[in-house]
Amino acid sequence: MKPASHHAQNTYIGGHIERVEDYRFLRGEGQYLDDVSRPGQWHAAFLRSPIAHGRIRKIDASAALVMAGVHAVVTANDIEGDIPTIPFRRPNPTIGPYAQPIIAREKVRYFGEPVAMVLAESAELAEDALAAIVLDIETLPPVIEREAAMSDKVLLFEDVKTNVPTVFNADKGDADAAFAAADYVIRDTFYTQRQTALPMETRGLLAEWDAKLGKLSVSGAAKLPFFNRKAMAKMMKLPEEAVDYIELDVGGGFGARGEFYPEDYLVAFGARKFGHPVKWIEDRREHLMAIGHSRECSSDVELAFRKDGVILGMRGSLYINIGAYVRPNGMTPVRNAAQFMSGPYRVPAIHLDAYAFVSNKTPAGTYRGPGRYEGCFFIERLMDQAAAGLGIDRLEIRRRNLLTHTEMPYPLATVLPSDGRAETQCDSGHHLEPFELVVHDSKWAEKSALQGTLIDGRYHGIAIGSFIEGGASGPQENVRMELHADGKVGLYAGSSAIGQGLETILSQIAADYLELPMDRIVVFHGSTTYLKEGWGSFGSRATVMGGSAVLDAAKKFLAAFRTHAAARLGVTIEEVTVSEGVARTADGRSVPLSEVIADGINVDGSFKNQTPTYTYGSSFAHVAVDAGTGHVEIVDYVVADDVGRIINSMTLHGQVMGAAVQGFGSVFSEELVYNDEGQLMVGSLADYLVPLASDYPVVRCHSLENWPSPTNPLGAKGAGEGGIIPVGGVVANAVANALSSFGVKPNVLPLSPSRVWEMIEDARAKV
Amino acid sequence: MKLPHFEYEAPGTLDEAIALLVAGDGMARPIAGGQSFVPVMAFRLAEPSMLVDLRNIPGLNKIEIGAEGVRLGAMVRWRDILDHAGLKTALALLPEAIEHVAHYQIRNRGTVGGSLAHADPAAEMPTIALTCDAVIDVVGAKGKRSIRAGDLFIGPLMTSLESDEIIVSVLLPAWPATRRWGFQEFSRRRGDFALAGVAAFYDVDASGLAQNAHIGAISVGDTPLRLTKAEAVLNGRKIDDATIADATAAASAEVDPNGDIHASARYRKALVGTLLSRALNAAANRKA
Repeated sequence: MKPASHHAQNTYIGGHIERVEDYRFLRGEGQYLDDVSRPGQWHAAFLRSPIAHGRIRKIDASAALVMAGVHAVVTANDIEGDIPTIPFRRPNPTIGPYAQPIIAREKVRYFGEPVAMVLAESAELAEDALAAIVLDIETLPPVIEREAAMSDKVLLFEDVKTNVPTVFNADKGDADAAFAAADYVIRDTFYTQRQTALPMETRGLLAEWDAKLGKLSVSGAAKLPFFNRKAMAKMMKLPEEAVDYIELDVGGGFGARGEFYPEDYLVAFGARKFGHPVKWIEDRREHLMAIGHSRECSSDVELAFRKDGVILGMRGSLYINIGAYVRPNGMTPVRNAAQFMSGPYRVPAIHLDAYAFVSNKTPAGTYRGPGRYEGCFFIERLMDQAAAGLGIDRLEIRRRNLLTHTEMPYPLATVLPSDGRAETQCDSGHHLEPFELVVHDSKWAEKSALQGTLIDGRYHGIAIGSFIEGGASGPQENVRMELHADGKVGLYAGSSAIGQGLETILSQIAADYLELPMDRIVVFHGSTTYLKEGWGSFGSRATVMGGSAVLDAAKKFLAAFRTHAAARLGVTIEEVTVSEGVARTADGRSVPLSEVIADGINVDGSFKNQTPTYTYGSSFAHVAVDAGTGHVEIVDYVVADDVGRIINSMTLHGQVMGAAVQGFGSVFSEELVYNDEGQLMVGSLADYLVPLASDYPVVRCHSLENWPSPTNPLGAKGAGEGGIIPVGGVVANAVANALSSFGVKPNVLPLSPSRVWEMIEDARAKV
Repeated sequence: MKLPHFEYEAPGTLDEAIALLVAGDGMARPIAGGQSFVPVMAFRLAEPSMLVDLRNIPGLNKIEIGAEGVRLGAMVRWRDILDHAGLKTALALLPEAIEHVAHYQIRNRGTVGGSLAHADPAAEMPTIALTCDAVIDVVGAKGKRSIRAGDLFIGPLMTSLESDEIIVSVLLPAWPATRRWGFQEFSRRRGDFALAGVAAFYDVDASGLAQNAHIGAISVGDTPLRLTKAEAVLNGRKIDDATIADATAAASAEVDPNGDIHASARYRKALVGTLLSRALNAAANRKA
């Protein structure tokens, strides 16, 4: 489908447009949750389980309650009836019993699980009071790793008799027949470590209860305010209209922030029970133990090839440690890893079993590119090993298997049990295009000479890999467009702004289609007070879904303008044309938009779509490995992707480069380490090593728009996550290439200096 | 991560500060730049009754270069060391090491005295003090005394200071112009605590042999360490590849570091040798 633009040139869409949000942010005028306070507000602090697995005998808060400034201590005993559990976003038939209760009553199942909430005059006093609460817990044996969990010897949920809530099967064709017919099979085991998204701004909430109106207002919404409103209303047994979610500025989401967490309910519960606004800002230490973890996945997978390097099939098992409960989005990485492991490659026969197992660790959720980063690491490592095994060039083996435009739409494996998205297909594209662009721009031919070479004490290596990124999560998005008294156009979006530049993108799209300057568009977003229904920002959807809804609203807005203008001009609607904010008749009379303000324009737009978009691309890494320290430098990194249609090249490049650097954190340094007792050993940013601004200075990116998506009128595809997906596989392959003289296999992440050095040492010892 | 309750005073003289510490009866703590101790308090790992801030006490922030050596006041900040032109010739090892201290903002606040009193074996200053045979001048209720660096550090985050004693200055003995030196540190990201670090120097005698070798190690023990066996390898030998290889092996053999979430013990042990090798190569190749 051809993109719907009726502008040949001079459009905002496709431009390198500075973010409209940044005027506010750079002047310190951003309004984050911690900037907001209410008279009479109380502050919450949470007492969290100090052990991984145990049975609560007693909680004695009497000493805390007599402390000055301490107003209340809430425990499970204050909740009437059953403890509410957090609703699933993507339910399946077997996960019901594993839902997370909003506070621990009988059992604690992870280090950091909330067991009590202190409400006090200040955050300091609330924290002081935590130390005065006596928590008596009987220790149960902790279940930490895969083997212990899957043996079911110790159960987290005694009633359900298994630590494996769901096994997803990804199927396509006849995998066993493919392997039986194969000339060559490569099989290996892999591991990606537990991580978290780590948004710069930690979570936080300010809940207010209006007893007269019976209304609950929750500030600090992010990602999906409308779903969370429904969840809160259900758990609070309130009508949905009695709950408002208010979105302020948000300092990053990355899939983790904005999901419904236990503290969300408890803060609101406190506000409702005691009639005081209750505010809570998560500190970094509790953030690391409370927000959704992700990525802890081991695998045993194999690829079958014909001797010419053509893939015949893929088989194997994936094991994902989802932590103590199934959180709202906890199964998404599991089913994604199974469905998307084949990635950009033509794999005619697939059978993968993806086991989700519970353990006494923080419950998992999504993190940018959920399941896809893991799967891409596995298959790209297999591809490089297969190239070596078959004696085929690493570029050539990929060229023989990358998807082409003649195969679109290309169906991926079907994943059962269904969470509503069992089947999916790549929508458009020619995967060789970004691949060849990266081959060219990385100077692959020239750098091929480097492979494994020792220069000034460091071993150099290169690698290339490819990825697909799912986007445009359905089912719908809504916007409302209103002509304001000052002549500006208010755009009220159901999409959420989590730091990705939503106001800019939606303003560009609206301005182009209304033929108005961007500064005439004012975007309001993410709060349930603007619209009856909305969805939010997740699964790389805001541009495609929200942007397409803007188009619908803009059409209706212009129609209303024509109607009002025709009435004022005393002509029929057909006799009026509209351009650049002015309605005109053929005889030269005109009405500017400002003159119909009194007539009122207030229109709803929406876009419905259940078909995901698939941005795709390739990336290249050139690394230099210091064998003495195990340090890996990224000498060069190039990524190219085709996003269907570029809306804003500046924010797009920001997404891609930011995601690449976030991926370097995944490959080299970020890890949520637990000890054998299930204690989280990572308590601060001195332990959780996110990339610093100076760590990875060289990341280059190219964006293509050769193959618009047929799924939406913009032709756009989601582009917020792709950049992180190939990083694990490509960097690990580059390290393997650099250290090829040692024959190391970097199959376990992260590639910390210690691990890289040990791989080399162990290889040396074998010689 | 909110600070616990504490009293705060910022007296104008050392006598007043000491009186406040005495009155605190072991529960009052002096504070300088606050870059290490304030986070400790935020984690509720320390809850002093009072912080006695040394910032208003005059005369503690001088850098003096004289015949006896380099004297750094306790309130000298890392930034002062890095900005001081004279130190680059008088004691080049010092600014080279201090470059590795944390990040820009922290270097603007953190102090020499604070780091010595905090006694983190992963920090640069304690190891530099130990390696350079520094002498730390302190004053307390019982008066002044001088403590050799080797006697100051007695355990992880533990010193031989009394609870009413305040570090006033540290003297790093003068360096001959011909001294050879090297400093190497490796951390996972720039500014992180070192996985290991090595400070090394030696003098070259008339026959071109190394003498007076000093080697200090960061982050591989409970305290800053001197690697005496590796030093013994160097003394009396020409610093060539063979000598460096022997010293490297000796250094790795004499340390017994712990593993943690950032690196294994085995790795750290080897890393000390690697870093010593690089430091000695830098020293040998440095123009005297």
